[in-house]
Amino acid sequence: MRKLLLGLMAALAPLAAEDMVIQNATIMTVTKGTVKGSVVVKNGKIAEVGEKVLVPQGATVIDGSGQYVIPGIIDCHSHIAGDGGINEGSVSVSSMVDIKDIINPEDIAIYRALAGGVTTANILHGSANAIGGKTVVLKMRWGKDAQGLIFEGAMPGIKFALGENPKRAGNPQGGGRGAAQPVYARYPATRMGVEDVIREAFNDAKAYKAEWDAYDAKVAKGEHPIPPRKDLKLEALKEVLEGKRYVHAHCYRQDEILMLLRVADDYGFKIRTLQHVLEGYKVAKEIAAHGAGASTFADWFNYKMEAVDAIPFNAALMMRKGVVVSLNSDDAELMRHLNTEAGKAMKYGGVSESEALAMVTLNPAKQLGIDNRVGSIDVGKDADLVIYDKYPLSDYAKVQKVLIDGAVYFDRDKEVSGRPAKEAEKKKLIDKEKQLQQQQRPQAGRGGRIG
Amino acid sequence: MKKLVTALLLCGAFAWAEAPQAVAIRNARIVTVSGPTIAKGTVVLRDGLIEAVGENVQAPADAWVVDGEGMTVYPGLIDAMSTVGIPSLAPASAAAAAGGRGGRGQTVTVLAPAAATPAPRSMGPEDRPQTTSWVLAADDIQPSDVRITTVRSAGFTTTVTFPERGIFGGQGSVIDLSAAEKAGEMVVTPAVGQWISVGGGRGGFGGGFPSSLMGYIAYVRQIYLDADHYKLVKDAYAKDPRGMARPQYDRALEGVLASQRILLPANRVVEMDRMLRFAAELKQPAILYGMREGYRPEAAPLLKKYNAPVLVSLKWSEPARDADPEQVESMRNLENIDKGPATPALLAKAGVPFALYADGLDQPRDFQRAVKRAMEAGLSREDAIRALTLAPAQIYNIADRLGSIEKGKIGNLVVTKGDLFDDNTRIQMIFVDGKQYKPAETPAAGRGMVTEEPGVNQ
Repeated sequence: MRKLLLGLMAALAPLAAEDMVIQNATIMTVTKGTVKGSVVVKNGKIAEVGEKVLVPQGATVIDGSGQYVIPGIIDCHSHIAGDGGINEGSVSVSSMVDIKDIINPEDIAIYRALAGGVTTANILHGSANAIGGKTVVLKMRWGKDAQGLIFEGAMPGIKFALGENPKRAGNPQGGGRGAAQPVYARYPATRMGVEDVIREAFNDAKAYKAEWDAYDAKVAKGEHPIPPRKDLKLEALKEVLEGKRYVHAHCYRQDEILMLLRVADDYGFKIRTLQHVLEGYKVAKEIAAHGAGASTFADWFNYKMEAVDAIPFNAALMMRKGVVVSLNSDDAELMRHLNTEAGKAMKYGGVSESEALAMVTLNPAKQLGIDNRVGSIDVGKDADLVIYDKYPLSDYAKVQKVLIDGAVYFDRDKEVSGRPAKEAEKKKLIDKEKQLQQQQRPQAGRGGRIG
Repeated sequence: MKKLVTALLLCGAFAWAEAPQAVAIRNARIVTVSGPTIAKGTVVLRDGLIEAVGENVQAPADAWVVDGEGMTVYPGLIDAMSTVGIPSLAPASAAAAAGGRGGRGQTVTVLAPAAATPAPRSMGPEDRPQTTSWVLAADDIQPSDVRITTVRSAGFTTTVTFPERGIFGGQGSVIDLSAAEKAGEMVVTPAVGQWISVGGGRGGFGGGFPSSLMGYIAYVRQIYLDADHYKLVKDAYAKDPRGMARPQYDRALEGVLASQRILLPANRVVEMDRMLRFAAELKQPAILYGMREGYRPEAAPLLKKYNAPVLVSLKWSEPARDADPEQVESMRNLENIDKGPATPALLAKAGVPFALYADGLDQPRDFQRAVKRAMEAGLSREDAIRALTLAPAQIYNIADRLGSIEKGKIGNLVVTKGDLFDDNTRIQMIFVDGKQYKPAETPAAGRGMVTEEPGVNQ
């Protein structure tokens, strides 16, 4: 039994990175257009791309005839792979909490995302509060432990949220909670209050930073003062002020978007990405001027009041104004077909194939500051690759294989052929459990014995 | 037959009114645990301690002599994590049945019933939510707790009792289960480590901080940062208070600083990894408790890597009760049910220091069954006994006084007819601090709690 289990686990575990070449495929590089030919993978990196390549000795050859290769999909807004809730909604500023502490590498959503071609995801705190928790970028290395998922070197982030969600808990009506439940009003209850919470938090953070800067200056002079108290909440905001932590801000309406950009300018920090940003097309110029990226939905809209002005042209319109635009999922299911979300941008916004594909690969990589590592099929980048059987921006395309760092983490053939063995293993355990229960019942009736 | 399995609540066991100065058990098989088993020998108890043990030991002239022919003497069992002695923390049977089977397979801590007046809503770490780190279990011990006689009848002479509530519950104390008049007589050592949990909050939107796992972890992290800073400032002030604002007294931090080790919950392998890393970050010696997935191949190497001792709950995973018969358990749950009891055997084989704890299985029968399931899954009797005697004593650094039958140690013994944990074995007597107790007689019908399935009634 145990042997079988170990055998199964070995089958599930990704192959170690080995040299590999994918031949005769249609390769959509994102940066250099579409080429027919081969991709060579060496030591987990993309070594060569082109019609004619040098195949390293001993490399595994994958026949890509009739198939398509794209860079691994990057989801700039996801909440998978976390344990014990993704909202610390008790307070309006929860920057002391960190998604990194609660990574759950066994969340099956990771594997399912892989099966949808996602290789990297930005795992965000929820939008319950104006300033939420710290965030982390993960690679979907299914089978590794929590530390093994972390995208090494990726800049850490923090979640902000504007609009209805962060003010909901301040609503005396309880924001949809049953009237029978006790209602604890939590400041703020309005969009004005949300702005105030952010400003107050950064006032505190500035004072905190000044205290530490003064301490550091004394230490530099050779003095031995007692250090200030380390405050996890303000520490994260200090990092934002110092440009060491990206701000990913949940927002919908143009007024709140402009508000946040003004606050950031006032306090001297940058908004790295605006998330959802469904009215971004109305203020695209201002977003571009600030240098913020925009990570939006392809065509999801009207699910609440602040989402009524959403249009499916949003991504294309913002892109044309010079904003780096990505399309995200915010959802474990939508995450599995972000390729078709990119396709929608072509249909509605008329963007090119490469531009559309970039919205789920290179652009989110830029937004997360990891475009030197991932996001396109270029020599020297991580071999995070997805092989589709059909044209990837279509409903008909199915992911065949997914590579991360040159290792195969998802293989459709193996997945499908492995199912009977898994089902059999499960059935065995169910039968065993039933047997055990039947054995125990009559025994209990007899009364059993005691020592 | 039912008589034998009924609850042991009614019949208390009393110390002899006139306790003898010395007791000698002779001609008995003696399982010393720390050394080889003596096939036929004598143990002498005097003034609450083990005065002598060996093959050629003579019973002193003033000793009451027990003929141990056909009997086996074991060290008294130690429950490595318990709430026995604190009646208010006794698990309600409903809560106990739900325990260990949290939603989405996470560790869920069953909290004690809420106090009459709810604590004010916490707005952040500075409010020290759900924290009573300064509490010592020893201060809450009530000799009248009915569970003392119940678990003693299962062979337990000692519990490591923790104030299991909130996030920082307080420090555990080692308690001898004697029929004492004053709680202080029962305390072997008052402070063995801080009990920490990271779940079971009642927060949420508009509720108090913390309300999520990451909130709990952030809070614990902030407390240790604060404790470091507090100590720094306090030490500086103690050195020279003149010209320095006096540091504000903080009992939460005092409690944390006074704790020599922490106990952290970890049932899943993911949680073991998380908590071991966390303890290393906090620079705190840690003991993990729970271990529901300790059977998984990743568990033992991970625990070995950090060299962390663990406490394994004897409350094995069970199929969901009253579940929809059409609903199929997840593969992980099925594996937990099937392989969970193999955890102790696998940890023993890998050389991970571990102890077992009853986790609310107070009834001798439920406890015995749980140990037996571990033995059926490969745990040797020797290792089972060690995990309930010397191993917990070593983990808590009290092996100089408890955990084995050695000269000079505390006189805690279990005397049986037959091998401990065998179906037909009966416990004959129990010695706590050298005083003899009989296992509670099983009452006739009436209060009987015949469990239809193991573990239902606690």
